[in-house]
Amino acid sequence: MKRLFWVSILIFIIASFFTSIALAQQPAPTPSDDQVNQIAHQLYCPVCANTPLDVCPTDACRQWRDLIRQQLAQGWTEDQIKQYFVEQYGVRVLAEPPETGINWLIYILPPAIILAGAFILFRALRMWTKPISASAVSGSNEDAFKDEYVARLEEELKKRK
Amino acid sequence: MTESTTSVPRRGVPLWVQIIVWISLLGLLVIVAVELNRSQQGQVGPGAKISNFSMPLFSGYNWNGQSQIHLSDFRGKVVMVNFWASWCKPCEQEADDLEQAWQFYKNDGRVVFIGADYVDTEPEARAYLAKFGITFANGPDLGTSVSQLFRIKGVPETYFIDQQGVLQYAQIGPFSSVDEIKSIINPMLK
Repeated sequence: MKRLFWVSILIFIIASFFTSIALAQQPAPTPSDDQVNQIAHQLYCPVCANTPLDVCPTDACRQWRDLIRQQLAQGWTEDQIKQYFVEQYGVRVLAEPPETGINWLIYILPPAIILAGAFILFRALRMWTKPISASAVSGSNEDAFKDEYVARLEEELKKRK
Repeated sequence: MTESTTSVPRRGVPLWVQIIVWISLLGLLVIVAVELNRSQQGQVGPGAKISNFSMPLFSGYNWNGQSQIHLSDFRGKVVMVNFWASWCKPCEQEADDLEQAWQFYKNDGRVVFIGADYVDTEPEARAYLAKFGITFANGPDLGTSVSQLFRIKGVPETYFIDQQGVLQYAQIGPFSSVDEIKSIINPMLK
């Protein structure tokens, strides 16, 4: 029984060894169109204006998509591929501008302007809808009356001196 | 008693906020104006001094064994910079003429031809160069830095720079003949 156990272990090790060789010799799977387009969608055609690389119909764009496919098959990461395209064709090839230098304005300004606009709108609506309170009116009149009363009182006191 | 009309104190926006808002708006306007001005500039025109630029070259298309060229290395020579791409059909029309012109001038020593491959892929670019038997120095315009320097609008475009680094002629579109190229270069050699 013990001998049978060790023979089984030995067979398993040998079988694993040959299986790993067989797997290593298989060609790497070709990246699918979806995998290619997932990256191509983040890039713009360097030639055609405002056309994402995944939908651009020109021969040049097809060549660039093929290049992405080759790079994916070679194990390049998404960031490596995008960096390659930036080095080759410039920053404008990116669908999203890099967050460097003056490009920060693109990310900061729109939300800031929206927030400022919302705040201004809120203040304006409050002013339009807030009723003029009676207490505010009477309060101001009451203060004026008190001042007038005090002034008259002081005048009377002076007369009696 | 009579009612007096006392005004409610007005709560305005603090002065510092107003200053910041106006300065920011002004800054934005300046940026927009600068970018608009730049986008409406055309290609570099004759008479303009061309800034020095560097460009790598494809292996096999070196200049005197150098794999990278600098415009400043060619001071004292007439330099022709041709922007092309393998996907550009009009570029194919002038490829033969450019190579023939290069064969005419290459032993003269006073003229340099440089091909700048614009937003292309290297395998296709090499196939294009091989197809048309191009032998003069050629390389990729990495990051479109050189084409941005000339503010090109498309390909093919060809620029002729004199011995002092001043642009003398800009050809937009393909050449129609070798003689047309010579008619531009020969006066610059006198």
